[in-house]
Amino acid sequence: MTTETTPRVTSIPLAPPSTFRDRLQQVLAFASLIVIAIFFSVASPTFMTYGNIVNVLFSTVVIGLLALGTTFVIITGGIDLSIGTGMALCAVMSGQFIVNWHLPWPLGLVLAVLFGGLLGFVNGFNVARLGLPPFIATLATMLVAQGLALVVSHSAPIYFNDTPGYLQVSTGNLIPGLNFPNAVIVLILATAVAGVLIRRTILGRYTFAIGSNEEATALSGIDVGRWKILIYTLAGLFTGLAGVMISARLGSAQPATGAGYELQAIAAVVIGGTSLAGGKGSILGTIIGALIISVLNNGLQLMSIPQEWQNVILGVVILVAVYADMARKRASTR
Amino acid sequence: MTSQLLLELEGVSKAFPGVKALTGVGLELRHGEVLALVGENGAGKSTLMKLLSGIHTPDAGSFRLDGQPFTPQGPKHAESLGISIIHQEFNLMPDLTVAQNIFIGREPRVGRIFTRDRRLNQAAADLLERLGLALDPRAVVGSLTVAKQQMVEIAKALSHDARVLIMDEPTAALNDAEVEVLHDLIRRFVSPRTGVIYISHRMDELKAISQRIAVLRDGSYVGTVDTAATSMPEVISMMVGRTIQTQARPENVRADRETLLSVRGLSTKALLQDVGFDLRRGEILGFAGLMGAGRTEVARALVGADPITAGTITLRGRPVSISNPAQAAALGIGYLSEDRKHLGLLLEQSVQTNIALSSLGDHFSRRGFVDDKAIATRAAASVKALGIKTPSIKQDVRNLSGGNQQKVVIAKWLTKDCDVLIFDEPTRGIDVGAKEEIYRLLNDLAAQGKSIIMISSELPEVLRMAHRVLVMSEGRVTGELSHAEATQESVMHLATLRADESTGSSPSDTTADKAGLA
Repeated sequence: MTTETTPRVTSIPLAPPSTFRDRLQQVLAFASLIVIAIFFSVASPTFMTYGNIVNVLFSTVVIGLLALGTTFVIITGGIDLSIGTGMALCAVMSGQFIVNWHLPWPLGLVLAVLFGGLLGFVNGFNVARLGLPPFIATLATMLVAQGLALVVSHSAPIYFNDTPGYLQVSTGNLIPGLNFPNAVIVLILATAVAGVLIRRTILGRYTFAIGSNEEATALSGIDVGRWKILIYTLAGLFTGLAGVMISARLGSAQPATGAGYELQAIAAVVIGGTSLAGGKGSILGTIIGALIISVLNNGLQLMSIPQEWQNVILGVVILVAVYADMARKRASTR
Repeated sequence: MTSQLLLELEGVSKAFPGVKALTGVGLELRHGEVLALVGENGAGKSTLMKLLSGIHTPDAGSFRLDGQPFTPQGPKHAESLGISIIHQEFNLMPDLTVAQNIFIGREPRVGRIFTRDRRLNQAAADLLERLGLALDPRAVVGSLTVAKQQMVEIAKALSHDARVLIMDEPTAALNDAEVEVLHDLIRRFVSPRTGVIYISHRMDELKAISQRIAVLRDGSYVGTVDTAATSMPEVISMMVGRTIQTQARPENVRADRETLLSVRGLSTKALLQDVGFDLRRGEILGFAGLMGAGRTEVARALVGADPITAGTITLRGRPVSISNPAQAAALGIGYLSEDRKHLGLLLEQSVQTNIALSSLGDHFSRRGFVDDKAIATRAAASVKALGIKTPSIKQDVRNLSGGNQQKVVIAKWLTKDCDVLIFDEPTRGIDVGAKEEIYRLLNDLAAQGKSIIMISSELPEVLRMAHRVLVMSEGRVTGELSHAEATQESVMHLATLRADESTGSSPSDTTADKAGLA
């Protein structure tokens, strides 16, 4: 083919680069985080202390890990309702491996994380190969996990009394001299891994592609089913890690907890600007979303606002955050 | 080499449960040729494409590329053989960038899992420059116009070193200038080692781009003719198996009717400036103009779907203010969107549900309960009156052809007792035979006293239907032509007028403007 005649079709102006617009939601979410933080630091003198900030970060870990994994699933246009009770089951399995089977705790920890991956794999298989809607497939897993956690643990907490090393994974201080819990370091590392996965790897690229137009992705010769299974499995691994962190923090696996965490995680993802319709989202946004939730909880607690009202306020924040995002998008397309 | 065929299909058959989609179809694509493939909807064009791209496997028959037999195993395999297909519905990921779309599945990588975006963008920039396409590799595809998205599709197809490029209705959503760009691109792609199969409904394009025309009808091969030696009516009669009148002119044109709707100074924030026109009872008013001229925006502003910044609307002599489509419908103004499938119909619902949808509250409910019997009676009457071809009024609209879907939309608005009907691209995606029926229906509606605004990008359609033609460019009305004045040339002249040259550039333009706004 000859290319001498190239200038003939160059009359169409270039589209403006849209990277800034994509970042704006993160900037907005970050700005709201700052505003909320300033508000609380004025309202309560203890808010802006080193101890309290570490406290906020520490309490972000579990929701943050769940939200990181589920960000991938939501960007594909799916949803994962099983992460809350799945986390409880993974915590119980960790107790089963370490306390009841007396496996070395590092091995038990890895197995618990992998068990989460298995739950995710089952979700992925049901969605990608059996063609179940993600909502239904993960709702089923949510119930199964909730039941199994009680069955395996005989409905009683499992205490990690003989393995202080396991508890150190969450509450220990790797950095000497600083009162900075390891759990926060785990969250930072997990965020970095998730960020690299989503921005710099084929997996991330296909996550966006599937959420953007699944059929077109398949017609481009990409095995969508295989990637979906991988993405749900990845979310499961994050669930497993969350299970480890929550049990290490509490010093016990609590089989009856977990339900409700999935909705908090999804809220964090949505506040962070990820679209439930798929195709759009970011890891940074998700972490900011998770931080907003824990800053709110922490700040309201410091202001002695009752627990019941905290959820009311959180619900309103979700509405405002998502509405502001939509209003901004409508304004930019006009 | 040149005596051999580039692509050859022989005796290809394919049956789906209950349907014989293709029977013994043969097709021959020569080297360096653009072969047009035409046929009504359901003639088997799409099935043929899916066989060639390996999405389906044929029951019988053989494919040969340069004389070598081959069996495509899937889209990727077909592409590796040099067969690229651009589907009618774009296969793009709107949230990814141009470069990411073009090289999806073939990203430059570090190791096996890490992407190399710098190299990716460079490769895309090189490709786009080679093709002469003015696109930014980093632009997000969803933010581009339809025409540019089409270019991304083409760049994606050509990035595979395609030998055979198959395009399914590539111009369905393009305006005339964009079609020219596309044709230019096709002409530059065609070389002695490549060929193009060009599927289209727009007959006027075939003359411009193709050397030969192959015709399918009801899953069978009818024949191939030389474009230069064949008239379009001949091609159409091959397609539909009967002759169709193509020289029809507007019917029942009269200037002495009362004005039903009059619009003055209509403006919107984004585009429209001082749009004014009158619509008379029983009239078909054509809206012509290039894509983006603002015709759809006028319709949307008129029915209150978009907010207006200025302007007055007078209906039956009384000023009205319309702030949403429900109010417009209550006043008897119905807007039939160009995007039937998304904005006009509930595809998963039955014919009767769709017909009754807009009038549930007015005609089909008693104390809040839906009156199914009344709906069924009315739907059956509409199906009969409009000649909607459906096995039953309970059939899902999804299963009807494009033409019959359009009739269901029309039935919905007639049921609502609308007497101003705004048709936006009423025959888009509808095949030639069914178009004639839609035209007849529009003429019948006008004869019954309905007032019709017809927005269309197909000039021949506007010229044969419209009693008067209003031409828009860049959000303004640039002229109004009576049906006697309206020709391809006069409309195109007005449609390409820019804001800075609109005054006094042509005598017909200014007089028409005065006539329209007097």
